[in-house]
Amino acid sequence: MKIIVNGEAVETGSPNLADLLAELGKGDAKVATSLNEAFVPKALRETQALTDGDRIEIVAPRQGG
Amino acid sequence: MPTFYGKEIASRLMLGTAQYPSPAILADAFRRSDAGIATVSVRREAGGEKAGQDFWALIQDLGVAVLPNTAGCHSVREAITTAQMARELFDTNWIKLEVIGHADTLQPDPFGLVEAAAQLTDDGFEVFPYCTEDLVLCERLVQVGCKVLMPWGAPIGTGLGLNNIYGLRSLRAHFPEISLVVDAGLGLPSQAAHAIELGYDAVLLNTAVAKAGDPAAMAEGFARAVEAGALAAEADPMEPRDMAAPSTPVLGKAFL
Repeated sequence: MKIIVNGEAVETGSPNLADLLAELGKGDAKVATSLNEAFVPKALRETQALTDGDRIEIVAPRQGG
Repeated sequence: MPTFYGKEIASRLMLGTAQYPSPAILADAFRRSDAGIATVSVRREAGGEKAGQDFWALIQDLGVAVLPNTAGCHSVREAITTAQMARELFDTNWIKLEVIGHADTLQPDPFGLVEAAAQLTDDGFEVFPYCTEDLVLCERLVQVGCKVLMPWGAPIGTGLGLNNIYGLRSLRAHFPEISLVVDAGLGLPSQAAHAIELGYDAVLLNTAVAKAGDPAAMAEGFARAVEAGALAAEADPMEPRDMAAPSTPVLGKAFL
């Protein structure tokens, strides 16, 4: 299926958000996630199924003012 | 020393972590600032890069409290989702809430700010709202549960200092129990000292230090300024007056 990750089109076979993070090499990274503009807590990533066209955001700690 | 949501912080300086020439200079600036709180953000991490992970390691080494922000958010929904992601990432209920209403001035959207602050407070967040010095806005923010208010001195990144001293003084008088922080617009230590002299609990700045020619020296300048301001505020300053009053005794002057 085709999904959008951080604004870019991605083809993935991952059935859920946890698998997608592992596929992207961020399985253990300190990141937070949202699906279609709604926050998905870490504990719910495994049960959060992905469907075609989903918009995923993966964010990490960054500099800020 | 200031207290934010029950947590006492041993410094009146809150420092941003963006725009420094290098991570080493950022760390040096923090050491010399004695800042007790660092503001941070959440952003996309491209591809396989680990910039975010490296940054987090650096921040942890600073040994300061972390205040994540919702910088760049223009809607309530964006701000709330960003706050939720920040809470999980940084393991804190603190959130510097920014809901920007105007692209050029980065002026807060007061309507969205109150709505987002109410929802986040209901969800267990401890909200530090980036706001203007508008008294009615600040009353609404306190009504929905904010125990900290962070009015701007001037628009973010301008270095213009305290644009509305009357408004800032008025907030201090109206909210004696609320922790007040001047957030944004400061460019020089003297402006920070002035904010603390007005009775503000702390100042939050970033660009003034990060974009100085010598960020670490400027950080120390701000550290000393807020200490000077606090000494002055606690020392019960004299009232200004229009007419001159001689400080040297008139009595006993030689008759010449």
